Amino acid sequence: MRMPLSWLAEYTDLAPGARGADVAASLVRVGLEEEDLHGGDITGPLVVGRVLSFELEPQKNGKTIRWCTVDVGQNGQMLTEGKHQEIVCGAHNFEVGDLVVCVLPGAVLPGGFAIAARKTYGHVSNGMICAEDEIGLGHDHEGIIVLSRLLGEERAATLSPGDDAITLLGLADETVETNVTPDRGYCFSVRGLAREYWHAQGSPEGGYRDPADVATPAATAGGYAVELKDDSPIDGNDGCDRYVARIVRGIDPTRPSPPWMSKRLTQMGMRPISLAVDVTNYVMLAVGQPLHAFDVDRLSGSVVVRRARAGEMLTTLDDVERTLHTDDLLITDGGEQPLAIAGVMGGASSEVSDTTTDVLIEAAHFDPTTVARSSRRHRLITEASKRFERGVDPKVTAAAAQLAVDLLVEHGGGTVDDAVTDVDRRSERTAYRLDVTEPARIVGVDYPRERVVGILRDLGCVVEESGEGTDDTHVLVTPPSWRPDLVDAPDYAEEVARIDGYNNIPSITPTPSDGRGLTHAQKARRVVADALAGAGLTEVLSYPFVSEELADQLMLPADDDRRHAVRLANPLSEERPLLRTSVLASLVDTLRRNVARGRKDVAIYELGLVFRPGGAIGTAPIPGVAARPDAETLEQLYAAVPAQPRRAGILATGQAEQAGWWGPGRAADWSDMVAAVQTVAAALAVPVSVANDPGHAPWHPGRCARITLADGTLVGHAGELHPKVVAALELPARTVAAEFDVDVLVAASSEPVQARPFSTFPPAMTDIALLVGVDVAAADVETALRSGAGESLESVTLFDVYEGERIEAGHRSLAYRLTFRAPDRTLTTDEVNDFRDAAVAAAAAATGAVQR
Amino acid sequence: MSGPNTNYDPVEVSALDPANLDAAVEDAVAAIAAATSLDDLKAARIAHQGEKSPLALANREIGALPPSAKAEAGKRVGQARGRVGQALTVRQAELEAERDERILVEERVDVTVPALRRPTGARHPIELVAQRLVDAFVGMGWEVAEGPELESEWLNFDALNLGPDHPARQMQDTFFLDPVDSGLVLRTQTSPVQIRTMLEQEPPIYVVAPGKVFRTDDLDATHTPVFHQIECLAIDKGLTMAHLRGALDAFVRIMFGEETRTRVRANYFPFTEPSMETDFLCFACHGEETWGSAEPCRTCGGSGWIELGGSGMVNRKVLRTCGIDPDVYSGFAFGLGIERALQLRHGVQGMHDIVEGDVRFSQQFGMGV
Ligand SMILES: [Zn+2]
Repeated sequence: MRMPLSWLAEYTDLAPGARGADVAASLVRVGLEEEDLHGGDITGPLVVGRVLSFELEPQKNGKTIRWCTVDVGQNGQMLTEGKHQEIVCGAHNFEVGDLVVCVLPGAVLPGGFAIAARKTYGHVSNGMICAEDEIGLGHDHEGIIVLSRLLGEERAATLSPGDDAITLLGLADETVETNVTPDRGYCFSVRGLAREYWHAQGSPEGGYRDPADVATPAATAGGYAVELKDDSPIDGNDGCDRYVARIVRGIDPTRPSPPWMSKRLTQMGMRPISLAVDVTNYVMLAVGQPLHAFDVDRLSGSVVVRRARAGEMLTTLDDVERTLHTDDLLITDGGEQPLAIAGVMGGASSEVSDTTTDVLIEAAHFDPTTVARSSRRHRLITEASKRFERGVDPKVTAAAAQLAVDLLVEHGGGTVDDAVTDVDRRSERTAYRLDVTEPARIVGVDYPRERVVGILRDLGCVVEESGEGTDDTHVLVTPPSWRPDLVDAPDYAEEVARIDGYNNIPSITPTPSDGRGLTHAQKARRVVADALAGAGLTEVLSYPFVSEELADQLMLPADDDRRHAVRLANPLSEERPLLRTSVLASLVDTLRRNVARGRKDVAIYELGLVFRPGGAIGTAPIPGVAARPDAETLEQLYAAVPAQPRRAGILATGQAEQAGWWGPGRAADWSDMVAAVQTVAAALAVPVSVANDPGHAPWHPGRCARITLADGTLVGHAGELHPKVVAALELPARTVAAEFDVDVLVAASSEPVQARPFSTFPPAMTDIALLVGVDVAAADVETALRSGAGESLESVTLFDVYEGERIEAGHRSLAYRLTFRAPDRTLTTDEVNDFRDAAVAAAAAATGAVQR
Repeated sequence: MSGPNTNYDPVEVSALDPANLDAAVEDAVAAIAAATSLDDLKAARIAHQGEKSPLALANREIGALPPSAKAEAGKRVGQARGRVGQALTVRQAELEAERDERILVEERVDVTVPALRRPTGARHPIELVAQRLVDAFVGMGWEVAEGPELESEWLNFDALNLGPDHPARQMQDTFFLDPVDSGLVLRTQTSPVQIRTMLEQEPPIYVVAPGKVFRTDDLDATHTPVFHQIECLAIDKGLTMAHLRGALDAFVRIMFGEETRTRVRANYFPFTEPSMETDFLCFACHGEETWGSAEPCRTCGGSGWIELGGSGMVNRKVLRTCGIDPDVYSGFAFGLGIERALQLRHGVQGMHDIVEGDVRFSQQFGMGV
């Protein structure tokens, strides 16, 4: 919401010497955030100019500039050696004869941009023709300002070249722009902002002049017929509880808006259109009440406010034909023809035009929820809907109509009908019984009773300190009509704190007494992340949005659970409508991006949630919020949320170890991925087993490890990606990958590690070479050796694998070192040999191994 | 060599002649001094201390002397051998020291050649910043709460006093699930974790909830559709806005140093009432206003203060929805974007580096910040 300082000063006293920044700072103190400051930072000369002629000059860079001659009036020409101003202009949205805004040499534009005659495109350009954004009037840079379009033809006709454009456009007057929060609907008016500014100044006696404080006539017989017929109120609230209609007849439609009004509308970021429309906008900006002007001649009967019927249509002012919804509240002509979606936008058929002489001014109070829903449903956010959905002061209705009537009469030459329509169905607001010590309990500042009562009265509340319901600590508070948000003790506490000053709130560090630190899972997850980084991998984060083709690219089987992905109704890109079901699914993008940026060796990982609905998406209930939902509803609520296991994905390509002075490097291969998972498991002290897995996408069927817990629970997979996956995803050849379920590993680590005693007697080592078929897994051989070797076995190390000419085809030789150690003695050679033979026998029985 | 003779005068046995002994010693000392290597010294040792050395021969002559002469001759030879032995020991030590010195020189390498054969890994700084904040709050007795990223609409909006018609709900650009009536969304804030906590735990509650959140913004310098928040929630008896401010002060000190402090003002959030907006003193310029000067502070833009984020006392409606009696308990909540904290604290320009996963970004931060 914008507010020129000159307008603010009409309703309240500005602090002496206050500039825009000071006003903005004052408003910030009472909780209105500054958005921007406009104007006030131009120093002349900025004048009205008339384009006399221009020549098109194509440039080498492909642009065509206009070499213009512009009449900038007598004074302006003193700065241009007495000639008409010659200006280079890049815009094309004007014609010869148009009035434009010219900045002349010597001027300084917003941002300290000093203007001088300068040589450009082969000409000496004496300043420039301005666009809106260049003079801080708006954000438009589509073309230059054409005054007949900005101010309207009538207003433009009164201007002459050389007129001071700073005054004309109100640029000397600073305009403060504030962000209005949803609870402060009343601040969508200069009236509301002025009131807040007055509070920020300490609410000095007599320092606020309410523009809505005007005499209004009571309803009379014979006014325009208005019927409020809401037969399906939302949440029991009537769609319209007040409707004032006033008629002004005999307006001269050729009369322009007064210059001061056009200027103000421009400062507020609105376009002057015609007197009738400008007046409704001006009053809305002044007091916050959206008004609608109907052409009386285009109405046939009474105004009936009702809900829309199914299938009803309305073409709104923006020329969109809209299908109405039965929740939409309509203003209708005689109960039939829709004229407007109440509080949102009018229809084209009843709009005032340039021939309208008799105007019906509608000032109504609409239900915020009704307007919010219509606005959302039709994707129409208008100045009116913004205000109604945040709540318009229901007491300002008649005053707003009166202000509009007065302006139309004064500037349009019309006469107002004596008959007044005012249908008023408002319910009285009840007083709230406030415990005056409550603000202190909520805020933590010891506000005396007088302070609390004083602040509330300044805010416009009626505070009763005696009578029924009041006592030493309780008063009855009726909030002002413009504050529908004041309901409960915390609302009043916030007001007291806000006006007293938030910075008076002390700082007391809270001291919880029984914190139990991080949970096991939270600590264990950090161990996982740190172990992977410690293993030389770099942690990255990727977006979870993936394409529909990805499941095929990853070669996931038709019945794979990872094909059941959650779909977004409104994805950022139609190409990526699904949520990932594995971390690798999105991590591949990150790998590719790194490679595309010229990095050959990449080893990355990510820990994150994946989305596994495991079938059709259920429907989560939406219970009420008045009380805690019952246990069954909560159970349904939690159950409807799809499973989101936490997984880790790892990808690597290029060299795992660099070539260097020590010798050649080593390419990252499947074993680095298995090792990474084992490193994590070891960091959590969780024993895991590795098996060959020939059928798990997206891995290479011959180079994929399935990693499980001792009880067989799947942890994850590691190895080299399938060459077809690599090709489909355009990854570097031989990219390796792992993915595992972090939750599984974390859960497996939850019991305290139980220490085993270890022997201090000397170890005995013996080496064996076993000949096995190439299909026999080394892990199976090791398992068998361990089972046969007995309790004295300390370790089994596979130190060589040989496959080649020296042994039988279809076989390979596995060389193991077995280390034995007894807890209580030094083992003898005979004992060790016996253990070894037993181990070999077990391996032979289990895997067909033959000792070489 | 002569045979034993009790009348024999040692002086007259030439090998035992003092002058000869002196000469032998001098020869030995000279040879020892001349040795320039341990091998030379070994040869000198054999020549002058070995079995065939003059002093060894002289020693053997003593046995043939009459008892009366033995003592004196023995003493003289002993002294001579002692002098040689001493010289050998000294020289041995010198030459060994020289050798050790030389080996160290010869074994010299250039240790500035690359030593890292394997790359070093790194954590993502978003995770590190979140950990830093979490750790500080855990140190003050808070606990960490977590929840799903795909969340029910009721927990993400309704329970937080963001009813379907609330204007603030329209401001949130929410990813809805297909079908839209599933009542599920990608959470737009970490606040549903607070609701889950309040539904499941009895007060007192002091939790900090870090996590990923989602909004339908395209990636640009200041927006990303996936980002991270950290929120703190406290529910206890007697908590006031002063406690909220205390927690906020602790928060900014952890993140931006002991010198900083907060400035607060009113704001509006549906989840809280009263609500509060917090700025903290710029840690770069220490609050010195440089706005409009030639070089405005790049961290705060010149205002001297940096906006932290929204907070407030948990709305009574929200407490009731969670089954907590607002007449017994009160509480506060606050939160901020971790990306923004990372940008401020570490001078990260723009959002792209944080989200694109270029390993060079994470690697700047190592394993902890
Ligand atoms: Zn600064």
